[in-house]
Order: sequence, then structure tokens, then C-alpha cells
Amino acid sequence: MDVGENGGPVVELRSLSKSFTEKKTGRELEVLDHLDMEVRQGRFTCVVGPTGCGKTTLLRLIGGLEVPSSGEVRFEGRPVTGPGPQRGMVFQEYALFPWRTAVRNVTFGLSLKGIPHKEARALADEYLETVGLTGHEDLYPRELSGGMKQRVAIARTLAALPRILLMDEPFASLDAQTRNGMQEFLVDLWRRTGTSIVFVTHLVDEAVFMGQEIVGLSRRPARVVRTFENNLPYPRSRTGAEFTELRARILEYLAVEMSE
Amino acid sequence: MRKWKYISPLVALGLWQLLAMVGVLGRTPSPVDVAEGFYDLIVTGLPPGYYLQWHLLASLERVLVGFAFALVLAVPLGILMGWSRGFDTVMDPLVEVVRPVPPLAWLPLAVIWFGIGIFSAAFMIFLGAFFPILLNTITGVKSVDPHLVEAARTLGARRRAILLRVLTPGAMPSIITGVRIGIGIGWMTLVAAEMTGVKSGYGLGYLILTARDIARYDIVVAGMVVIGVVGFLMDRLVKYAEKRLLGWM
Ligand SMILES: Nc1ncnc2c1ncn2[C@@H]1O[C@H](COP(=O)(O)OP(=O)(O)OP(=O)(O)O)[C@@H](O)[C@H]1O
Ligand SMILES: [Mg+2]
Repeated sequence: MDVGENGGPVVELRSLSKSFTEKKTGRELEVLDHLDMEVRQGRFTCVVGPTGCGKTTLLRLIGGLEVPSSGEVRFEGRPVTGPGPQRGMVFQEYALFPWRTAVRNVTFGLSLKGIPHKEARALADEYLETVGLTGHEDLYPRELSGGMKQRVAIARTLAALPRILLMDEPFASLDAQTRNGMQEFLVDLWRRTGTSIVFVTHLVDEAVFMGQEIVGLSRRPARVVRTFENNLPYPRSRTGAEFTELRARILEYLAVEMSE
Repeated sequence: MRKWKYISPLVALGLWQLLAMVGVLGRTPSPVDVAEGFYDLIVTGLPPGYYLQWHLLASLERVLVGFAFALVLAVPLGILMGWSRGFDTVMDPLVEVVRPVPPLAWLPLAVIWFGIGIFSAAFMIFLGAFFPILLNTITGVKSVDPHLVEAARTLGARRRAILLRVLTPGAMPSIITGVRIGIGIGWMTLVAAEMTGVKSGYGLGYLILTARDIARYDIVVAGMVVIGVVGFLMDRLVKYAEKRLLGWM
């Protein structure tokens, strides 16, 4: 196993199926259907797919927040049995602790590790600087804008030193302008840190702007219909001919897949 | 606008005095009578030598002890019940059967367990305050956004940290509501308990009872006023704590 080596698989999903029992009707709802996928070390992987196809479920399975119905989730070669700080998650809803200030949200994971208060605080300040939030350390989540909240959430996750970042439509509730800014920020952050990222979105634009690999899922129950390589150099332009061409190609492919 | 909040007690007081002067209140004391009752209580005491401040202190001490026990037991129990469905299922029937029993109904048992004195009175307060705090804590824990628990788990939190650092602070608004209700009920229960039998010479309820026995209605009302004002002040105190603790809301 070429674990840790750049480009080797860091996450492997093998014939992964997941179904839920609907509470009201008692019916089985198949969400993932024998899905196979690999995430390579250090890569920026985007997952796109139609609404309700099972993208969140897929990410939660990697994160260890859901248990597979059948098949396997492996992280660095070992089966995933539950959540842990080595797989950092960023949620669409931010999920910041409202009773903690920005900096104390970031120190949450640090103090769990037994890092003394002062040291944790200094580290957290650094992470907040990384996400450009210096000067807002002592604000409560309710005092932060959506984009700022998501930056705090990212800083909090990064501070736990994850070896992979799992992001579930983290920018979905931001306005278009803020979202573009956050995409640029995330690409920049990823290039600085080199962490593997799995980024779920339903926006093909977003995927093409950021991802090196774009995994297209089918409608529910989701399978991987195709993986697109995106070798456009960073920083990417949103208007270049190649960008538009790739975007059109993916949209078209997904449209065909949807209509079938 | 703020000064308007004094208008209703003042008008009530004026009206009360007026009615007394007209002579329609019979044996009901007037505000001036009550003021004199206060004076007697502070200077002479009832029974003589048993001053108002000592009655008050005795009652406050009982409340504090009973309330402290209620807080220390109800909050952890409520957090566990809110967190674990299994534990909730096991405990809930017991709680729901004990809860409707009025604290005073426990008095005979309290007396054989704790004797007559501070602990049986404190036990009454405990019973009065325990359930509001418990139920509000459970509700509070259940209302914590499950995403926060998941976020904590992905950050490396285990059970202990989830309980102490996520569910407890998350439930705090509701816990404080429970404390406010609990302390109010506890206070009311105490006075009733002191009136029915937990007599040890001191206490506001005991004071009222003694005053009734010798037909000093001015002192009865003075005791009622103290109970009301202290209850109000305790509520203010909790409100203040709430502001300090829940600044993030
Ligand atoms: N815990 C659960 N119990 C029952 N059904 C669930 C559960 N979680 C998800 N589902 C169902 O599984 C399906 C896929 O959900 P999921 O959230 O993974 O989709 P998604 O692709 O992330 O959707 P969206 O684009 O809206 O974010 C949905 O129909 C959803 O209702
Ligand atoms: Mg989703």
C-alpha cells in the first residue's frame, strides 16, 4: 500500500452501499448503490451530482458519521469505524459552537488534545490568521457573517491537523460574490497546506474552478458515472476558453446521465 | 418610561390605605399598620427576641441548601436523560410518577427521615426545585443541534467531552429557565412547609403562623411583603446570572 505517498489513494470506497429506513413509511431508501471511488493523496477532488442523490451521505460515510449498509470505506488503508480528527469535516451549516467565540471554537479541538490553554490560544490565533480573520477572534458566531463563519469552521477543522478535509457544500449558503472569494481562498489554502480535499457541490462551475478531479454521481441511488480530470493550471480563470469548454462537457455529460 | 413600572404598586398601596381609612377593610391592616408591624418585628421581634432578619436568614439558608442539592442532582441527571434515550426510557416513568406528588405531601416522611429542622425544610425546597430543573435540562439537551455533536466528534471529542463541552453549554439557556422556575417554586414551597410543621423557631412561614395565632395581622402582612420582595430579588439574581452566562445568545 502506497499510503502517504503523494498521489496514492488516501480514501478508498469499495462497492459501498447505503440505505436508510424511512421513518414514516418503513420503506428502504437506497442512497448509494455499490459505489466505487478513490481519493488520491494531496489532490483536490470535487464530487458533483444532482440534488438528493446522496452526496452528503457519501461524505458522512467517509467521515465515519454513518455506517455502510454493505461495502467498505478505507482511510489510509484501514477501515473507517467512526469519526476522528484525522478526517476533518466542514459542514454546510457551519456547526460552530454558538457559546464560544471564534478563537474558542478553534481551540475546542486543541484543548481536547490536552494542549494547555495559552498554547492553544496562540495556535488558534495562527489558524485564524491563516483564514484571514485576525481581529475577529473574540466575536461570537452570531456576530459573524456567513463567509466569516465558514472561515472559522475551516480554521477549527484545520487546527485538528486533519490529513483530509471533507467539505459538504460549505459555500452553498453564501452569496455568489462571497462564494467566489471563498473558492479562491480555499484553493490558495490547499496549495499552501497540501491537504487532500474532498469537496461536495452541486455547482459544476465551483467544481471546475477548484477541482483536479471531478467525480460525477448519478441520480439516487448514486454511483460514480464518470471522473473528469481537470489539469488547468492554478490560479484558474473563470472565463477562459478551456474552463468554459470543460464545464460545458461536464454539464452535457451529466444532463445525458440525468435524462436516462 | 422606566419610572412607570413603579406606578402599579404605588397606586395599589394608595388605594389600600384609602380603603382602610374609609373603614371598609375591617380587621385587614392598612399599609401604615404594616409599616408599624415591620418596626415591631425589627425592634422587638416575634416572639420577642426573634427578629425579622433572623427569620429571613433561616428561610434563606433552607432555600440555599435545598436548592443547591436540587441543582447538583437535577442538572447531571437531566443531561444524562437528554443524551441517552435508553436511560431516559428507564427513568422517565419514575420521574413522571414522583413529579405530581406535591412537596408538602412528603412532609411526614421528611420529618421521620430528617427530623424537624433545616433538613426537612430543605428537602421541601429540593422537591420543589428539582423537577423544573430536571425537565428543562432534558429539553435543553434534546434541543442541541445534532450537527454540533457531530462536529465535536469529528474534532476528536469522546463521550465525556460531548457531555461536558457540547451538551451542557448547549442546554444552558434551558437549564437557566429551569433554575428560575425551580427557585421560585422552591421559595413558595419553603414558606408553606414552614407554616405546616417544620418549625424550629425561625422562618418566615413560621413567623406568619405565630402572628396569626396572636391576631397580629399587620405582622402577617409584613411577612407576606418580605416573602414577595425576596422572591422578586432572587429572580433578579438569576436573571443577572443569565445575562452573564448567556452573553453569546
Ligand atoms: N438519516 C437519514 N434517514 C433517512 N433518510 C435519509 C437520511 N439521510 C439522508 N437520507 C435521504 O437520503 C437521500 C440522499 O440524501 P443526501 O443528503 O445524501 O443527498 P445530497 O446529494 O447531499 O442532497 P443535497 O443536494 O440536497 O444536499 C435523500 O433522499 C435523503 O432524504
Ligand atoms: Mg447534501
